[in-house]
Amino acid sequence: MQLTLLALILALLTLIGFMIGRSRAAASVGGRVAELHSVPSYHGVYVALWAGLPALLLFVAWTASEGWLAMQLVLSALPERLTTGDGQSVALLKADILNLAHGISTGRNSDPLVVEAARRYAGFRDLAGWSLLAVGASLAVAGLAWGRHRIGPDLRARPAVERVVRVALVVCSLVAILTTVGIVLSLLFEALRFFSVVSPLDFLFGTHWSPQMAMRADQVGSSGSFGAIPLFAGTLLITVIAMAVAVPVGLMAAIYMSEYAGRGVRTWLKPALEILAGIPTVVYGFFAALTMAPFVRSVGEGLGLDVSSESALAAGIVMGVMIIPFVSSLSDDVINAVPQSLRDGSYGLGATKSETIRQVVLPAALPGIVAAVMLAVSRAIGETMIVTMASGLTANLTANPLQAVTTVTTQIATLLVGDQEFDSPKTLSAFGLGLVLFLVTLCLNMVALRVVRTYREKYD
Amino acid sequence: MSIQNPLKLRPRAEDRPGQRAGAALPNKMTARGVTVFYGAKQALKGIDLDIQENRVLALIGPSGCGKSTFLRCLNRMNDTIEGCRVEGRIALDGEDVYGKAVDAVQLRARVGMVFQKPNPFPKSIYDNVSYGPRIHGLASGRDELDEVVQTSLKRAGLWGEVKDRLREPGTSLSGGQQQRLCIARAIAVSPEVILMDEPCSALDPIATAHIEELIDELRANYTIVIVTHNMQQAARVSQRTAFFHLGEMVECDDTEDIFTNPRDERTQGYITGRYG
Amino acid sequence: MTDLVERDAAAVTPSPASTTPPKSRLRSEAFARRLRARHAAERRFRLAGAAAVALAALMLVLLLGSIVAKGASAFLEARIRLEVTLDPADVADRNYAAPLRRALYAQFPQVTDRAGRRVLNDLLSSGAPYELEAMVAKNPALAGTTQTIWVRADDQIDQLVKGGYRRDLPESERGLSDAKVAAADALLASGALAQGFNTTLFTAGDSREPEQAGIGGAIVGSLLTLLVTMALSVPTGIAAAVYLEEFAPKNRWTDLIEVNINNLAAVPSIIFGLLGLAVFLGFFGMPRSAPLVGGLVMALMTLPVIIIASRVALKAVPPSIRQAALGIGASPLQTVLHHVLPLAMPGILTGTIIGMARALGETAPLLLIGMVAFIVDVPHGLTDSATVLPVQIYMWADSPERAFTERTSAAILILLGVLILLNGAAVILRKIFERRW
Repeated sequence: MQLTLLALILALLTLIGFMIGRSRAAASVGGRVAELHSVPSYHGVYVALWAGLPALLLFVAWTASEGWLAMQLVLSALPERLTTGDGQSVALLKADILNLAHGISTGRNSDPLVVEAARRYAGFRDLAGWSLLAVGASLAVAGLAWGRHRIGPDLRARPAVERVVRVALVVCSLVAILTTVGIVLSLLFEALRFFSVVSPLDFLFGTHWSPQMAMRADQVGSSGSFGAIPLFAGTLLITVIAMAVAVPVGLMAAIYMSEYAGRGVRTWLKPALEILAGIPTVVYGFFAALTMAPFVRSVGEGLGLDVSSESALAAGIVMGVMIIPFVSSLSDDVINAVPQSLRDGSYGLGATKSETIRQVVLPAALPGIVAAVMLAVSRAIGETMIVTMASGLTANLTANPLQAVTTVTTQIATLLVGDQEFDSPKTLSAFGLGLVLFLVTLCLNMVALRVVRTYREKYD
Repeated sequence: MSIQNPLKLRPRAEDRPGQRAGAALPNKMTARGVTVFYGAKQALKGIDLDIQENRVLALIGPSGCGKSTFLRCLNRMNDTIEGCRVEGRIALDGEDVYGKAVDAVQLRARVGMVFQKPNPFPKSIYDNVSYGPRIHGLASGRDELDEVVQTSLKRAGLWGEVKDRLREPGTSLSGGQQQRLCIARAIAVSPEVILMDEPCSALDPIATAHIEELIDELRANYTIVIVTHNMQQAARVSQRTAFFHLGEMVECDDTEDIFTNPRDERTQGYITGRYG
Repeated sequence: MTDLVERDAAAVTPSPASTTPPKSRLRSEAFARRLRARHAAERRFRLAGAAAVALAALMLVLLLGSIVAKGASAFLEARIRLEVTLDPADVADRNYAAPLRRALYAQFPQVTDRAGRRVLNDLLSSGAPYELEAMVAKNPALAGTTQTIWVRADDQIDQLVKGGYRRDLPESERGLSDAKVAAADALLASGALAQGFNTTLFTAGDSREPEQAGIGGAIVGSLLTLLVTMALSVPTGIAAAVYLEEFAPKNRWTDLIEVNINNLAAVPSIIFGLLGLAVFLGFFGMPRSAPLVGGLVMALMTLPVIIIASRVALKAVPPSIRQAALGIGASPLQTVLHHVLPLAMPGILTGTIIGMARALGETAPLLLIGMVAFIVDVPHGLTDSATVLPVQIYMWADSPERAFTERTSAAILILLGVLILLNGAAVILRKIFERRW
């Protein structure tokens, strides 16, 4: 509410600033615009920037720190018995306050002190909102006035504006870096907290996965077990099945399209394959669970095999289908990058098309194809929905594709969906898994992208 | 027209084999009325040309005149280009190469080709040379294959330079060596005709001299057709020369005659450097 | 001349040993045999390629076909016609179930026992009284009158009408009692049970009752999320691409950014969910389940896609245009804004649409930031609890009711329809503005 209002005020002031700046610049030279250093609209932008930018920066800094500040204020007012204790109980308390303040009943903590704290927290946030509105609006007005004051024939408005724009461009390109840093830091921090409870060795090499923890710290008994080997094995199994489908089909489809299909056929085939690539994973998951799994099961039973209703095979096949267009379009690229002169050389010797493809084109394209397969593997490892919907949650350590297995991504999703206790090893283990997933896919991607790059350079 | 194209006045050599052996050798290949379209664009207009056995025929002309297109018709390399249509008749030993009975694969084994840019496969030198014999099953056994590779490399004048590094990739050679490797690769199939599409245009003068010498030696065993931009090269390596211009074959004669006494003024203009 | 001829004559007679055997080999019967085998191999290889393409196409057809087959019927819903007399007392008590029941019992005068009436009650959707209430709220003058209205039937009846239950099975295996089947058949026979276009599916929020569940809330949630994503990732992505392509010096730093962007584009989507959970929810204390957070996460996820597409589009603008603009005294920034960017815009737009389509279909990261909650209301703001279409599909796919399977398929069809529209727009855009320099 206050934010919307502030946004509107800022937008309005910026617009006003632009018009004022433009008209004042023209007026300052009596309408002889050519005497200005920059054209009037740059003066307009100049004033608009003065009006909008400082207020915007304030807004960003404020919103980033406001929640934390309000929480500190509220916590400092609470009696010490609530706020001291291990990190876990404090985090739980914070979560309760937040939930209550947002009007979500937790049903867990109805301590009147906490309810009161939540009320105070909501009050602080409200107050902060209004004061941000006031401060932001006045800052914008002040900036506008200052910018207007600077306008004159000698003002080098264009360079000033361009400097700001360039800084903005740089900041935008840093967002990608910041995202990576954010990913690494958040995974690392939470994973380290997890590893302070569970030994990394147990995690990486344990063969039993059952993350159920006691609901409260004082409860005795279950402590959960976090051996991730079954998850890694499950991921590997499904990835292998998916690759067994996607690589031959995708590669052969790419070969057919780039070497055999006529131009007319190609213009239809390529978009058709792209449709396959554009289908959301949740749709594949639905297909896997409701069509492929029963199909695999009935076929298996027809052969006298014991097939679980959520088999790794069904999930893997569907995942393979999902990855076909990925493999084929990447392979298509690398196959097309093989120079025609090599094909000509082979045809000129009397080789047939398939001999040329198998013995000249494919060996030449091999690095690129390997890279494509690596990217596809990374994609399969990181895929969540199909397995979550079609291969279940049981952590089976098995190499039998007819049984249900679970994967790293599935476990991350299920561990973090629904009501979670903050800071329990169960929740944190998801970040441990996330870290492993990130590192593995990162390595695959890095190597693959590097191979692709050198490959491109070779034939460019 | 008939004056400009003296070939039409001559009796067709393939019809009377051996009759003109003194002046002209028997024709290995003959082209009659060869017309080529790329889509709607006409690239060649009714080419008539005889290619005599164990001689080097040079095709010269300004760029875009269709000489490479004609060359690529001779072993049906144009088949691989989408939208390319060939009309007329091209015969190898009297047999229409575009006929139903002729297999393009077999034809290309008999009519080998060397390209403008050296294009060794990303394989070892040995595998490059043995590629053709292997796919055609021309060598029975390892020893025979070794021998074919050795003979071909020797004929291409490359054996001395590469005999200790046959396992190294073909791409590791210098440009001139690569082109000789490509020639060795073509020879290894034992073709009857070798087509060369500006084989020296990507090479330095020394490498070019090497290849030219090689072409002259190869003439003993093969019929050679070479496309070249370089008139001196045509004069050096060929016995007969055909001049192409704007998709037409303007004239074809003994190389000496073409360069000393061209019949058509377009040929004269090109040779004297007025255009091209 | 004579010289030449003599040389030729010498060359004509080569040693027969060196040429004749291989030549004949190329025309030998063995070669021809081998050639036939090679052509057969060629055909097999080509067939394998065609088979691969056909297999992929078959999978596509199977996938779409199975979903259409399952979902098409969800666009219709079974409704029951009732002569409802709205007693003002009931209206005052807001007891809308009673008039509906009376009207229903009136159609079955022979049913008087409690068990029989319970069967009849179950024919109507539990949401039917609310439909009636909404009707009266819109038009209070209805109180005291008798109206003919159509109200939603229960999902089991809905499925029965659509042929979802096998009537030839015994009652215990069918999952629907004989009494209900008989009652529904009676209504069908009298024309009081019929199918109409299912507007609920498009307007309603989620519900535990399939016949009352719709994707209206999810669609609004998706729109809000996409709005945030677009507002953040498009300007940022284009700005980053412009900087990297037009201004950035080529050094180790920009190299790092480039590698980083390429890698980011290949990071599994669920990792972005973890990022959102740890940073936006955990660190900044933003609300769970909010489109704002969902949009933020999606923006970070689509950013690399947009940057890469925009850079490709910028690269395609020939340098001559930049030189021309710089040559007449434009500043580098003016050059880019006035000349390069407009020319690159179609390509950038295409990339953006594809990125948005991806964000629209993404599920996994949103699960982690709580957009998977059961939300009945249609969200109204960026911080309201909301879900999105793919997540709604995920949740419904888990429901055991047959009617939910049907609605899941319908929701998928709608999602796919939107995605095809988006991608089609991208293709058309690319075709219209395709430019070759």
